[in-house]
Amino acid sequence: MLSKKYLFSRGMLDIAPHMLSVIPFGIICGAIGVELGFNPYLVYAMSIIIFGGASQIVFLQLLSGGASSLVAVTSVGVINSRHLLYGAVLSEYLEKLSFIKKLLISYVVVDQGFAESNKFFKKNKTEQYLHYHLLGTGVTMWVCWQIATLAGIILGSFVPEELGLKFAIPLTFIAIVVQDLKKMDHVIVMFVCGISSLLFFEAPFKSYILISPVIALFVAALLLRLKK
Amino acid sequence: MTWLSITIAGILTYFTRMTMIALVRRDLLGEKIKAVLAYVPSAVFPAIIFPAIFINDYGSYIEMNDPKIFGALVAIIVGYFSKNVIATIFSGLLSYWIIIFVFLS
Repeated sequence: MLSKKYLFSRGMLDIAPHMLSVIPFGIICGAIGVELGFNPYLVYAMSIIIFGGASQIVFLQLLSGGASSLVAVTSVGVINSRHLLYGAVLSEYLEKLSFIKKLLISYVVVDQGFAESNKFFKKNKTEQYLHYHLLGTGVTMWVCWQIATLAGIILGSFVPEELGLKFAIPLTFIAIVVQDLKKMDHVIVMFVCGISSLLFFEAPFKSYILISPVIALFVAALLLRLKK
Repeated sequence: MTWLSITIAGILTYFTRMTMIALVRRDLLGEKIKAVLAYVPSAVFPAIIFPAIFINDYGSYIEMNDPKIFGALVAIIVGYFSKNVIATIFSGLLSYWIIIFVFLS
């Protein structure tokens, strides 16, 4: 039986490499918010209230571009709706937690944390304190995101734009899914999702981020049926 | 007004995180749905990866010889064999920088 402390630090360790892309991205997010002319306190408050990477930038860009609050809020909701899928996957491992603990741990569920904890959970299904791993990934992500966006707000975009560090974001997600390229069914699902996201990129409210996974999961269901 | 919007956006986002974990009982999901859910990472992350590589800041498709495509391919190959996150990110960035700073400058 692994201890709570071990699981928490294991979670921190598993997500740490992703900070290579999260920290520059956070700095860029903070800096863009201020450059767009928003109140720095407001830009920072988003990191606590929304705590949702790209959706924070989209929100501010839409507002500064003259979109209505309704459009901006809807877009954030649509972009972040992918968490519903993460929650559905994680619920299997968090079932035994009390309602209050479920409410609290939900706040720190993020893309990279979900991905790394899910990988760990699949290999260690019988462990009792698995949620400490998710806390480890989530808390690490939260702390780094706060520091990075704050740094971007205070210091401006001191990360040289020529470096193109935004490119680190797709690379981080490539690192997450690359091992699944060994499985043909996963390769098909990935391509269906990727191609759909390009086809539906112009759909309103950034809904490509919801439409493509739904199409891809539908294809996954078909593949499962064919396998039998 | 902006503060109110942010608060609502935050509450919405929190609900997307919390609903399936705290409000929906796992038993409601049948075995078939659970099997499909195993594909979630493969079905979600490419929707972040593909637009970030193939669509530029102005919303149009990039050229086939764009350095980002080369960087992504290097990252995929290095990631596949090294199974290492840092090596994947670094190799992708490095090959991207080599192209833009050495060959395109």
